[in-house]
Amino acid sequence: MKMKGLTRREFIKYSLAGAGFAIALTITPNGYRILKAEEAEADSRFHPNLWISIAEDGRVTIIINKSEMGQGVSTALPMTAADELDANWRLVSFVEAPAGPEYRDPVMGLQLTGGSSSVKDMYKPFRMAGAAARTMLISAAARTWSVPEGECEAVSGTVRQAKTGRVLTYGELVKKASALPVPQKPALKKTSQFTFIGRPLARLDIPDKVNGAAVFGMDISVPGMLYAGIARPPAYGAKPLSYNREAALKSPGVVKVFPVPHGIAVVADGIEDVWKAIRALNVKWDKGASPELDNKTLRKSFIEGLDKRGPVALDRGDAAKAFLPGAAHVRIEAAYMLPYLAHVTMEPMDCTAHVRQDRCDIWVPTQNQTGVLQSAARITGLQTDRIHVHTTYLGGGFGRRGDFGYATEAVQISKLAGAPVKLIWSRPEDIKYDTFRPGQSCRIEGAVDSGGRLISWSHKVVVPSIFEHFAPQMMKGGIDPAAVSGIVDMDYEIPNLHVEWVKLENPIPIGFWRSVGNSHNGFTIESFMDELAHAANRDPVEFRLAQLVKKRHLPAMRLIETAAEKAGWGKPPKKGQAMGIAYHFSFGTRVAQVAEVSVDEKKGSITVHKVVCAIDCGPVAVNPSILTAQATGGIIMGLSAALGERIDFKNGGTITSNFYNYRELRISHAPEIEVHILKNQKTMGGVGEPPLPPIAPAVANAVFAATGKRIRNLPLEPELKGRL
Amino acid sequence: MISLKVNGKTYRVDVPPGRMLLWVIREKLGLTGTKFGCGMAQCGACTVHVNGRAVRSCVTPVSSVLGKEIVTIEGIPKDHPVKQAWIAEQVPQCGYCQPGQIMQATALLASNPAPTEADIVKAMNGNLCRCGTYPYIKRAILRASRRMR
Ligand code: FES
Ligand code: FES
Repeated sequence: MKMKGLTRREFIKYSLAGAGFAIALTITPNGYRILKAEEAEADSRFHPNLWISIAEDGRVTIIINKSEMGQGVSTALPMTAADELDANWRLVSFVEAPAGPEYRDPVMGLQLTGGSSSVKDMYKPFRMAGAAARTMLISAAARTWSVPEGECEAVSGTVRQAKTGRVLTYGELVKKASALPVPQKPALKKTSQFTFIGRPLARLDIPDKVNGAAVFGMDISVPGMLYAGIARPPAYGAKPLSYNREAALKSPGVVKVFPVPHGIAVVADGIEDVWKAIRALNVKWDKGASPELDNKTLRKSFIEGLDKRGPVALDRGDAAKAFLPGAAHVRIEAAYMLPYLAHVTMEPMDCTAHVRQDRCDIWVPTQNQTGVLQSAARITGLQTDRIHVHTTYLGGGFGRRGDFGYATEAVQISKLAGAPVKLIWSRPEDIKYDTFRPGQSCRIEGAVDSGGRLISWSHKVVVPSIFEHFAPQMMKGGIDPAAVSGIVDMDYEIPNLHVEWVKLENPIPIGFWRSVGNSHNGFTIESFMDELAHAANRDPVEFRLAQLVKKRHLPAMRLIETAAEKAGWGKPPKKGQAMGIAYHFSFGTRVAQVAEVSVDEKKGSITVHKVVCAIDCGPVAVNPSILTAQATGGIIMGLSAALGERIDFKNGGTITSNFYNYRELRISHAPEIEVHILKNQKTMGGVGEPPLPPIAPAVANAVFAATGKRIRNLPLEPELKGRL
Repeated sequence: MISLKVNGKTYRVDVPPGRMLLWVIREKLGLTGTKFGCGMAQCGACTVHVNGRAVRSCVTPVSSVLGKEIVTIEGIPKDHPVKQAWIAEQVPQCGYCQPGQIMQATALLASNPAPTEADIVKAMNGNLCRCGTYPYIKRAILRASRRMR
């Protein structure tokens, strides 16, 4: 795929040019409406939101409205359309859609890639568009040969008449097909008829990524482009007291120096010139809004929060009653704490913007085209159809690029500089000014009856609110859904369940981090399940299965059984090793994992040898090889966080700044990972995030099995060392 | 003006001698396959070959590589066993770290065509991958090694 700097209008033209034939689709109150591109162009009432175009040489281009950040969406979505189209896969390529209302996600109403929803949300529309095109191509062939459509079938980019063996390629048919009416209810294939869906096809983006040819935001270059950076305050809310503008301006290559909302911007010929000038600026900052903020005060606020009251997210039965003396066989409680985490995408934040009088172009690795577009409109005062957002490849996303602050900054700087600029964040900026996964504390009380069944669970979560600022319309009855996700919807059968949220307020910027609230709650729920099992003298696998006895629990049950069996649960462990299990349901997908661990208690180090993962994302796994890759990546990212990641605070700001003090997992600590795909659940779930939550508790539970030490605070290794 | 030999081609560029090789390659030569990840020799994203050795171009002043043979990801042939193995094993996810991983792996295999798993871990431990492709990287290196022997 080549990224071209096209405007939306040019883009549509380009999609149509050489495209004998293009199919669009629009969401109406009555469902989907499928259109030919010409109709879509002509009728302004419709905002068609995806396109398949077929050129006269037979090449098929699928326009995708989701960002490729490594999760494989640029292969998975084309597969769904190409399957219904019966395309020749070797002729299929993809193009990133520009930003515009027509490319919004039909479920979210935003052009945004997140929530593990891309394939889930786009599965039906992409298939419908493909099926409509296929129907028209078949019909075009039937007309050409003057035979009934029933005698013609689509096979790998051609239409064939079985009786005679006659064949016409799609390229030969596009002219005729484009003159035909568009079927509104094309027949979709049955699962057994799929040709691509469900197969481990090679990813379309990989050859370019192997050859260094893939264009990330960092790689954009436009004529006359300058480089920009920002001197930022060390403490939250700090204002500059003084800075040496003259010295910075005298620094080689520097073009401009001016204040911007987040600090002092420097524009220069090269990024090293920018960084040198930022040092020369020598900005003195005031103490900021909350100079007392540090690890200690933060920790204190999370502990104090546990004794506060907050809104109740769920109250089923009477949890308190079950905790009364004598009411339960076993009753325990425990408190947990998790740190702030950075995303640390390998590509630091960057954005190239070119603001002119009547037009603005933005080249940006973003998960949130709608956000970028609206922010640029506010800054430039231009109508959104004058703003052209070009989505590049993303060097990692993980939720980080749902925030668009870096794009806002690039637009502000380009406007003030009067030139195209590429803003690059250094790695220390990328870590220090990240929108972190918030820290969390919680207290859980649980009760089990003499038969080993859970009778009561009371869970108080102390965590700042992500949605309140990012998308207030998502707050449900005063509750941030991210705060309690994974708890209110856990699979275990619990007659009495009480879930409460205490909102913590502080100035630390936060955002969505792969699996969001599930990254906290998966750890605490599954650690506590383990504690309950041991308190009730039950095997952790058996104990979980005992809470999953109804018919609707079958997918969960099978996953836990599979992970346990494949890992050899219950058999004597290898010398010095122990196993831990965890299970979690999030983003519509269920995952069980068993971790095999050994612990060096003298050194306080944990080695994870192997992880067995069983995952069920529903009846179709569009591309099992991408699913396996996502499971592997999610486990490694979750393990990295579990073992060593933590953001540290001091003097009202962040002091963590690069890989030497943000401990990211390296190849030396990557376990062997085995992934088993199950298909017992009826509905389609997401894939990018669900594999992450179970790994931390699986490892913590294995550490307990190995040492008898229950670690309730993350990250695990520093905690273990602290106890030596 | 200084003169640099990159991927067999000689370039003349006007940069101060203290400029890091990474930014000369990217900004002046327009070879953007080599990535910026940390600027502190911590992540390996910027790895290139200088006289056949893997070096971190983000901390390599251009003045130190004058007259030397520099190879970037663009200079590794598409049919090189390592690139082929990377495709066969479907290693990349976001792909950002991968040019650095491939440059590190090709340097390893050039000096040690039959590495053990321990050799691989040792050679590759400076190359971070946030997407977690490590198990795939190990498999790809072993695959390439089988072909190169
Ligand atoms: S950018 Fe050079 S090692 Fe990270
Ligand atoms: S593939 Fe994304 S960082 Fe390695």
